[in-house]
Amino acid sequence: MIANLIVRRLVLGVITIWVMSALVFFGIEILPGDVADAILGQGATEETLHAIREELGLYRPAYVRYLDWLGGLLRGEVGEALGTGRSIAEMIGIRLPTTLTLGGLTAAIAVPLALSLGLIAAMYPGSLFDRAITFGTLIVISGPEFLIATLLVMLFAIELRWVPAVSYLSQDPTFQQIARAMLLPVMTLVFAVLAPMTRMTRSAVLNVMASPAIEMAILKGVPRMRIVLWHALPNAFAPIVNVIAINLAYLITGVVVVEVIFSFPGVAKLMVDGVQSRDIPVVQACAMLFCAIYIGFYILADVISIVSNPRLRHPK
Amino acid sequence: MSPAPGATAAPVRREFRFPPLGVYGYVCIAVLLFWLFAALFAPYIAPHTESAIVTGTSFAPIGDEGLLLGSDYLGRDLASRLIYGARTTLTLALVATILAFVLGVVTGFIAGIAGGWTDSVISRVVDAFISFPTIMLALLIVSIFGTSLAALVCAIGFIEATRVFRISRALAVNTMTQDFVEVARARGESLWWILWNEVFPNAFVPLSTDFGLRYTFSILLLSALSFLGLGVQPPYADWGSMVKDNMTGIFVGAAAVLLPALAIFTVTLSINFLVDWNLARAQKDISDELVK
Repeated sequence: MIANLIVRRLVLGVITIWVMSALVFFGIEILPGDVADAILGQGATEETLHAIREELGLYRPAYVRYLDWLGGLLRGEVGEALGTGRSIAEMIGIRLPTTLTLGGLTAAIAVPLALSLGLIAAMYPGSLFDRAITFGTLIVISGPEFLIATLLVMLFAIELRWVPAVSYLSQDPTFQQIARAMLLPVMTLVFAVLAPMTRMTRSAVLNVMASPAIEMAILKGVPRMRIVLWHALPNAFAPIVNVIAINLAYLITGVVVVEVIFSFPGVAKLMVDGVQSRDIPVVQACAMLFCAIYIGFYILADVISIVSNPRLRHPK
Repeated sequence: MSPAPGATAAPVRREFRFPPLGVYGYVCIAVLLFWLFAALFAPYIAPHTESAIVTGTSFAPIGDEGLLLGSDYLGRDLASRLIYGARTTLTLALVATILAFVLGVVTGFIAGIAGGWTDSVISRVVDAFISFPTIMLALLIVSIFGTSLAALVCAIGFIEATRVFRISRALAVNTMTQDFVEVARARGESLWWILWNEVFPNAFVPLSTDFGLRYTFSILLLSALSFLGLGVQPPYADWGSMVKDNMTGIFVGAAAVLLPALAIFTVTLSINFLVDWNLARAQKDISDELVK
């Protein structure tokens, strides 16, 4: 039963990513002109265009090129950047650890913090703490990421001079250098992710608290702390896992803005530069990478909630 | 419970009692009116034009050289640019949101009411687009269609429309399963009649709340794109691109970096606050009804 559900979810995930890849690839086909026009730009003659199209195999029908590209994605070969001719896989490979460290550190700080804050707020709804959390998170949610980043830079880099404003890493960075460069970007992202995650955790737990089972426990006279941790939390587990997945997906938007604002040498910066220079192969490759990570989070959350659901584990 | 159609009982009149808006609420409304005024009458109230270079000093401090909020990196009047920026940002986001609602509500209602095959096809297509992280979809569309104002509005409108579709469809499906719709059908009313007289009124309040939220998302998405240099391009200026352009001023603590970002924040916070208040009000209405 469980295995069945999980397999079905995985298959659905693979299909989703496949559909996304088709949209990413064929979206470009809508436009007149092709990669050859993009490479040569204004000074193109018919002969040079023809030569490049021949070289890149652009005369093949679109679906053949799509299958070719898809096969390349699966093998990790995604072609060369238009401008520089460098291997895209290599460019992403160099930058991926930086981006993953940024996201990973953020998640490691934000997830436990958001869960505890959300839980405490839900434990005492209407209390001063709860209202402070609700109001504070509403404020943070409303602001754009770059406002948080700007305020942090002004405070910590300009006023207090604790950290550099721009994350620049030398060839052989020491641990301290990395930590100093990472501090502000990670702080910005933690702020951005913490607010929605705390709010959603709070409402997920409050939802469970409204159930008849919890009402029973309250009437029985079980202490509040025990009700939340012992009765409500296990039932809120699946929604909370979902909350985490949704917010780690939010993280992607944050990562894009933060990498640009701090000139952080990550994949998102690579993609934004690619969009700016209209380097379509780079954009496509980066987009597929982020989308795969994004869908991966959702699948993982679903699988965890399937596994953690006692009704599915012990079917009647 | 809704009274059965044709029932003779007099309709119950409920007295609406709004929860108090409070000081914050009035501040929010004042903030929104302020920006609305700025956006509408920009040419009349701005002391200088959008692109006029009025001083040789970049990042002149607040109040310096007779400039209310100082100057930006090119020596343009920051106050004037903020006022014109309100116009660009708020208008573009509004047009995008309206586009999203027209597109999303029409397709959502069609899918929800028609059901079956039509519903499946539209829903699967929308699912495919919803699977993308918003910013990725925005970057992809921009890399294909460029950064003209029309392209930006369409991109944001389209992305938000997929979200509006989901809500509208759910609302339509919900209403269609109600007894009063069945009665209307049995009476022989047309689908259009049901759509206009049953589905739409029931969907109006949730949709209007969602409109506020979508508007803030549109503002934030537009600003994020502009901040990345992939949104509004010169000679137009919006708040997001103002932050990006003045980024070098961060080292001198210039107001030109902070104020446009704060302007976005005041608008989105005000709308979010009013939406929250509206939700609380709607919930109170429902709980009042349950008590009766």
